[in-house]
Amino acid sequence: MTQFLALLLNGVSLGALYALIALGFVIIFKSSEVVSFTHGSLLLLGAYSIARFSDSIGFVPAVLAGVALTAVVALLIERLIINRIRGAAVISLAIVTIGVDIIILTEMIRRIGSDILNVPHPWAGESIRIGSTGLSLNRVISLAVAAGLIGLFFLAFKYSSWGVAMRASAEDGEAAALMGIRQGRVSAVAWIVAGVLAAVAALFLVGAPTPGVSPTVYTVALGALPAAILGGLDSTGGALVGGLLIGVAEAMAAGYQDQILFLGRGFGSVIPYVVMLAVLLVRPSGLFGTKELTRV
Amino acid sequence: MSEATATADTGATRVGAPADPPRRRRSVVKPLLLAALLLFLLVFPLYFDEFWLRTGFAVFAAVVGAIGLNLLVGNTGQLSLAHAFFLAVGAVTYTYVSATDEGGLGVTDLAGLGLPPVVGMIAGVLVAALAGLLFSPISARLGGIYLGVASLGLVFIGQHVFNSWTSVTGGFNGRSVPEFQLFGFSFGNDDPELFVMGVPFRESERLWYLGLFIAVGAYLFARNVLRSRPGRAIQTLRDSETAAAVMGVNVQAYKARAFMLSSAYAGLAGVLYALSIGSIAPESFGLLLSVSYLAMIVLGGLGSVAGAALGALFVTALPLLFQQYADALPFVSDAGQGGIAAGEAALYLYGLAIVLVIIFEPAGLAGLARRINSRFGRARRPGGKVTRPPSPPGNPATDPST
Repeated sequence: MTQFLALLLNGVSLGALYALIALGFVIIFKSSEVVSFTHGSLLLLGAYSIARFSDSIGFVPAVLAGVALTAVVALLIERLIINRIRGAAVISLAIVTIGVDIIILTEMIRRIGSDILNVPHPWAGESIRIGSTGLSLNRVISLAVAAGLIGLFFLAFKYSSWGVAMRASAEDGEAAALMGIRQGRVSAVAWIVAGVLAAVAALFLVGAPTPGVSPTVYTVALGALPAAILGGLDSTGGALVGGLLIGVAEAMAAGYQDQILFLGRGFGSVIPYVVMLAVLLVRPSGLFGTKELTRV
Repeated sequence: MSEATATADTGATRVGAPADPPRRRRSVVKPLLLAALLLFLLVFPLYFDEFWLRTGFAVFAAVVGAIGLNLLVGNTGQLSLAHAFFLAVGAVTYTYVSATDEGGLGVTDLAGLGLPPVVGMIAGVLVAALAGLLFSPISARLGGIYLGVASLGLVFIGQHVFNSWTSVTGGFNGRSVPEFQLFGFSFGNDDPELFVMGVPFRESERLWYLGLFIAVGAYLFARNVLRSRPGRAIQTLRDSETAAAVMGVNVQAYKARAFMLSSAYAGLAGVLYALSIGSIAPESFGLLLSVSYLAMIVLGGLGSVAGAALGALFVTALPLLFQQYADALPFVSDAGQGGIAAGEAALYLYGLAIVLVIIFEPAGLAGLARRINSRFGRARRPGGKVTRPPSPPGNPATDPST
């Protein structure tokens, strides 16, 4: 039972990180109709820059700089590319982000090489014991930070003028534009927010129990895409639920891997996709996504 | 080019006969060019060495796969990142069916059915199609973009399965692919020894013809499908699901079929790919392979069969050429020497190409060709009123000049 509880807590903390990434994914989709495949490489960029900066300027400034850099790159992608082809077919928009993703990812892999960079978290290596299993302090802090950020995000989404503008343009872009809401600005802010969320998630994803910054972080980040899809691409609440669901499922699969060994070693890493496909079989628009209706 | 003289000729005779449309002349030039291209491809192995032939075979494999993916993404409007998975299904099925039981690379014993490789190839196509059909509860119901991410799952789940199912796939180490045979004729280096016009026909020469034959077949099949009733149906579906449904197109059924057809193409491409790389490991069929296929069809022009073939040529041949000529290129060096490795240089280039093509020329290479074509066409015409690009072949009903 204690093992189950520990795994649950582990899963929730991992899920909170997935939710952070998925939230960015969802608001980008809501504001600019873009399914952003750049998230994996943005995350890697965040992790890499934090690790590199912290060699020279210390941990806290490095985190700030890394988060800022990621946000700026996200903003540049929006301004230089997405903004130019606003209104193109959804598939073209998605494919463009894949192109950007290839470029950033290749650059990251080239820079990292086969090393594993270390982010010197002040809380590195410490853990809290619950029964027979431990929970790393990194995950505990990440859970707190993620919860805080997610709360802040939902407040801003509900009450700030940006949040209102954003929801209005997601509801009906044309009407919102006629009301004087600047679509370009809404989508630019969405990309910045997504960049920040991805970089913060990256900070914790590369801490214990993960060894450090290596290109495999990219694959971990991709696990957030199923989270966004299964919650419903246009639902922020769905991203939260989807993230948690996938985090818990992954932690459980890793914890009980001896019992599910017949499914093959390392089944935990494909759990996000299995859960996603299972949900999509029943609900093709995700758990909370709005079903697309067409009026003729 | 003989085209210039031909233009002058018809230009002179056309003075008295304005009713004669220049389009009729173009319809002679195009088959001529295609015939010349085919002839060039047929005699290619007589003049070029093994490196070019191997590259060529890889390109033919990619052409088949790209045409298949284009049917789905370009013509049906369903984004799929699962292409690598279906390639893997084709490759693994071929290997399993055609290989015999063997010791394997590691400690594991590999199973195989030991049937003729032709059966293996057909089985690869069928099993891939079946896998595509099994995915149809998802592929038929999801909108284009949801499917993009959902299909991402297939790649990862597939890799996991292939890694775990050691007796069939060889696991992480992979297994070697049995060479192709057609009714006793081997596509290996000898048996029988073969010389054509003094040139020894070894494995690479023989495979070249196999690839050429299959790629041309795949091209013709796709073109005909698109002109047929189902082809029209899926293109209507892409433009508007509602309109398609109103006109009596069964949306879900056609989405499922398009996905299945595309998977079958991928299966065939997978068999060729396996033959081309000689041994398959699950790692070869990762997300990057899917992305490179997407790059092919985007560069070639979404929805154009010939464009897909062009894109396949570009994306497949580029990294190989970079590797071959790494010394001659600035900035490019062998891996681990400070410069940009050849594979990376190719990645940068096609990442950038995807972005630039979508921003500046969304119709890709095919669109570029069409535009050049229509510009020449306009220059010839007095008054230059016709600004439309030539109507696609097989669609004469919309031809304004008749």
